[in-house]
Amino acid sequence: MSYRGYEAVIGIEIHVQLSTKTKMFCADSTSFDAGDNENTSPVSVGMPGTLPVVNSKAIEYSIKTGLALGCDIRKKSIFARKNYFYPDLPKGYQISQYDQPICENGSVTFTVDGKEKTVSITRAHMEEDAGKSTHFGEYTLINYNRSGIPLLEVVSGPDIRSPAEAAEYARTIRQIVRYLDVCDGNLEEGSLRCDCNVSVRKLGDPQFGTRVEIKNINSFRFVEKAIEYEIERQIDEVERGGKIIQETRLWDPDKNRTFSMRSKEDAQDYRYFADPDLLPIIVTDSMIEKFRQELPELPIARAKRFETEHALPAYDASVLTIEKDVADYYEETAKGAGNFKASSNWIMTELMRELNSAGKNIKDSPIKPEQLGRMIALIDKGSISGKIAKTVFQGMWDSGKDPEVIIKEKGLVQISDAAAIEKIVDDVLAANAQVVDDHRSGRKKNLFGFFVGAVMKASKGQANPDMVNKILQEKLK
Amino acid sequence: MDLTFATICEIAEAVKTKKISAKEVVVHFQKRIESLDGKLNAFTSRNENAVKDAEMLDARIARGEDVGALAGVPFGIKEMFCTKGQKTTAGSKILENFVPPYDATAVARLKNAGVVVLGKLNQDEFAMGSSNETSFHGAVRNPWDLDRVPGGSSGGSAAAQSARLVVGTLGTDTGGSIRQPASFCGIVGVKPTYGRVSRYGMVAYASSLDQAGPMVSSVKDAALTLEVISGFDPQDGTTSRKQVPQWSQNLNSNMKGLKVGLVKEYLTAEGLDSDVQKTVENAVNELKKMGAEIVEVSVPLTEYAVPVYYLVAASEASSNLSRYDGVKYGFRAEFKNLSAVDLAEFYSQTRGQGFGAEVKRRIMLGTYCLSSGYYDAYYTKAGQVRRLIMEEYLAAFRQCDVILSPVTTAPAFKIGERISDPLTMYLNDIFTTSTNLAGLPGMSVPFGMSKDGLPIGVQLTAAHFEEQKMLNVASALESVSTVKGKHPHVV
Amino acid sequence: MIDKKTIEHIAKLARLHVTEDEAQEYSTQLAKALGHFEKISKVNTDGVEPMITPTEIEAYWREDVVKQDFSAEEMTSNAPAKAGNLFQVPPVV
Repeated sequence: MSYRGYEAVIGIEIHVQLSTKTKMFCADSTSFDAGDNENTSPVSVGMPGTLPVVNSKAIEYSIKTGLALGCDIRKKSIFARKNYFYPDLPKGYQISQYDQPICENGSVTFTVDGKEKTVSITRAHMEEDAGKSTHFGEYTLINYNRSGIPLLEVVSGPDIRSPAEAAEYARTIRQIVRYLDVCDGNLEEGSLRCDCNVSVRKLGDPQFGTRVEIKNINSFRFVEKAIEYEIERQIDEVERGGKIIQETRLWDPDKNRTFSMRSKEDAQDYRYFADPDLLPIIVTDSMIEKFRQELPELPIARAKRFETEHALPAYDASVLTIEKDVADYYEETAKGAGNFKASSNWIMTELMRELNSAGKNIKDSPIKPEQLGRMIALIDKGSISGKIAKTVFQGMWDSGKDPEVIIKEKGLVQISDAAAIEKIVDDVLAANAQVVDDHRSGRKKNLFGFFVGAVMKASKGQANPDMVNKILQEKLK
Repeated sequence: MDLTFATICEIAEAVKTKKISAKEVVVHFQKRIESLDGKLNAFTSRNENAVKDAEMLDARIARGEDVGALAGVPFGIKEMFCTKGQKTTAGSKILENFVPPYDATAVARLKNAGVVVLGKLNQDEFAMGSSNETSFHGAVRNPWDLDRVPGGSSGGSAAAQSARLVVGTLGTDTGGSIRQPASFCGIVGVKPTYGRVSRYGMVAYASSLDQAGPMVSSVKDAALTLEVISGFDPQDGTTSRKQVPQWSQNLNSNMKGLKVGLVKEYLTAEGLDSDVQKTVENAVNELKKMGAEIVEVSVPLTEYAVPVYYLVAASEASSNLSRYDGVKYGFRAEFKNLSAVDLAEFYSQTRGQGFGAEVKRRIMLGTYCLSSGYYDAYYTKAGQVRRLIMEEYLAAFRQCDVILSPVTTAPAFKIGERISDPLTMYLNDIFTTSTNLAGLPGMSVPFGMSKDGLPIGVQLTAAHFEEQKMLNVASALESVSTVKGKHPHVV
Repeated sequence: MIDKKTIEHIAKLARLHVTEDEAQEYSTQLAKALGHFEKISKVNTDGVEPMITPTEIEAYWREDVVKQDFSAEEMTSNAPAKAGNLFQVPPVV
């Protein structure tokens, strides 16, 4: 993509907060809503003599994410200390991975504007989160509840060429980690943090330009906007004959611009070295195989399957697979309903509308998938009409009750008894003798629909429409 | 029973069988501390609840409970170990008021075995020193000669044990900090294999070298204490899951057919004191008499042990000591107006005022070694030479069961004699540091006396996890030691 | 000698305030120690993996089970300055 004859080169680092119950190196809870420093212990406050002990779940989640991103898993990876001083860093160093990360050389593929795009994953490494600082002008207060929560930093290659690709890349990573159930993907709460590296170069120039890192981006929309702004700013700067400074800039969502962080006088020297408190992480083939077996079907594969095996349109398949919970719900519903397209329709229209207006996740839907499936089966069996089904659906949404119960309680069962329908038809025909005459004589055309409507109305919508049609046709001969 | 000179085993037995109460034992040693520690400065703080702790033990014993292998034995604990509810300073101003809410695993295991902690023992600041002169709490004096150093860094432990202010002590050893003071003060000091004893709650100096160990009066006491504190700890991922042998019960001083190695390069070490040399020769002769076979082994890289040790230890220390920053605990520099203080200044003043000279020197050295541009030449290179040194030792242990060597080049030196020349002080660690670099078990057992009446220890080293062999030889030497029955004048 | 600028840089990295006198002292002492330690460069270490942990120890990974043994009060009880159960430091922005 060209911007005034320039090309943007973008790489993204995504910090994925792994949803383990405890921290990376100690048994403190990772709950989000704890009181000040309640989720701490001597280890996470960096007290003397305390030692890190690896959380096996964090390793599992990291490997699974690596596998889902097509990465090679290192048989031996090393935790290293990144040394720097900051009050939110209780030990004066962060335990991270440096030259031997657990995952390397992967890629993800996604679609932007109908075109497939593949972005390489350079590496994904484990590290511990820092605490949280709150600033009050006169002083700063530190809370170490977050200190030590496991993160997996996923680093893309410089393969992204537009803000839209960048946002889609980030969405894809989020979708994958949510599918794996290794991260809740909540950007506002910081469970997923995106840092974007942006540079520009003249189209055709093989050299990369100087890159600028943008931090503090907490939505995918802002990923797009921040990069857009940054590309324009850099091109302006170059055009003006200026130089791009390698720096970190922060995104200001209120002003829609990036601004330079106060630059440090000299470059950081983190003095990385292997943490002698932690042994190398040794991963065996059988471990990798086990985790690979446990991987869920990933969104792209699942969407393909919905298209081929369930004969769903591509649009349905992609919408249903955005979230794993929705896809699971759909499959559960379809199983009970025995009707793929009808299940898809009900979920994508009625259910999504209700969920959206109630601000609910599909997991919290008062209608369980097997209930919805049964309701769809009842339509297909002719027990209720499509129209009645909407009433039944509403009843199920409001009460959480089974469709059969709603039908019974509200007396919505479809009348499929021929004698009963005949009786209603006879009554209707008798009450409209003149119209019957008009129809039979052919004086007026297209009156059949009138009779159907009248019969349905008389039956309060409960008469089986097919039977009504059939009986009317006979009686009106 | 003469309580003052009783062994750990004797006291535990007497307390368990109610021949004496834990309280009586505790009070006896509290009185000794009261009357003698003024001269030594071995204690930095006392456990105010010691008598109460002893009474609780006595009550449990009265109820018929098994209170553990070290029932009622009074211990002193080096300042390096965190003790729940009791000040833990690591000999530094920067931790002057730190009260840990947790016990180090080694301390917790001692307490679980029935030990009564009488107090905390002086040491070089952050265990950085070989003379106990770098402590924020002041120098410790050697009970054998009050003008001399007790050695370091576990100088308080060595002095307190040697003067019998306690029945057992716990020390830490990063480059000789248990063995060197044990030798200077005429006691038994054991540094176990790296990974034997949990480092949890032990203030870190150099993580890949630090090990805790007993500093006591007999080989059997050392074996028993080591049994209690050893073994896997889920709070320290670098502890071994190997089973802990019953060293004290398996002690065997039969030396027939045992191969004792002498390191060729050690015998020609520069500046070896003649008394030390004679002590080692005597030990060799005694072992020969007992049927041991003496073999010469070679560890050519041993001359690099001190440089490698200081490069590795200082590098790790520079990172380990970064947590002392005046934010969470410990000392913070005073500022007139905190809200106007620059963060870098806040740290630099706190750390500049909180750390002593030797600690600062090593932090500077370590930071330099790890900094970009020097990393490969110093830190990486040291790690490589370290592996080669270990491989040479492993090769040596294919030819012998234990290695016998001096602990130090000379007996205890005078206070103030070497403090102004750090490099000379460092070079004195020539015999002890390679044990830590290679992760081997090593110990000092008192064996000879100098012309000046100072005790001299000999060092025994074994292959990884072969503590038993080393303890066996030590017990054989102990039985013929000329230090046996001798006690410092202050006692 | 290690020059004063290097000493100042290292002191800054290590967040250690050093006086003029100390800087002078360190530059001689460090140079002397390093001068001695540099002899390790003579050892041939081609292809040798630097050693971190000296003994063979089987890895131990913890189960992901919460343990809450300490209160926020205990964890902040040693703080030089605090507000409620939060650690207080100079303003960092």
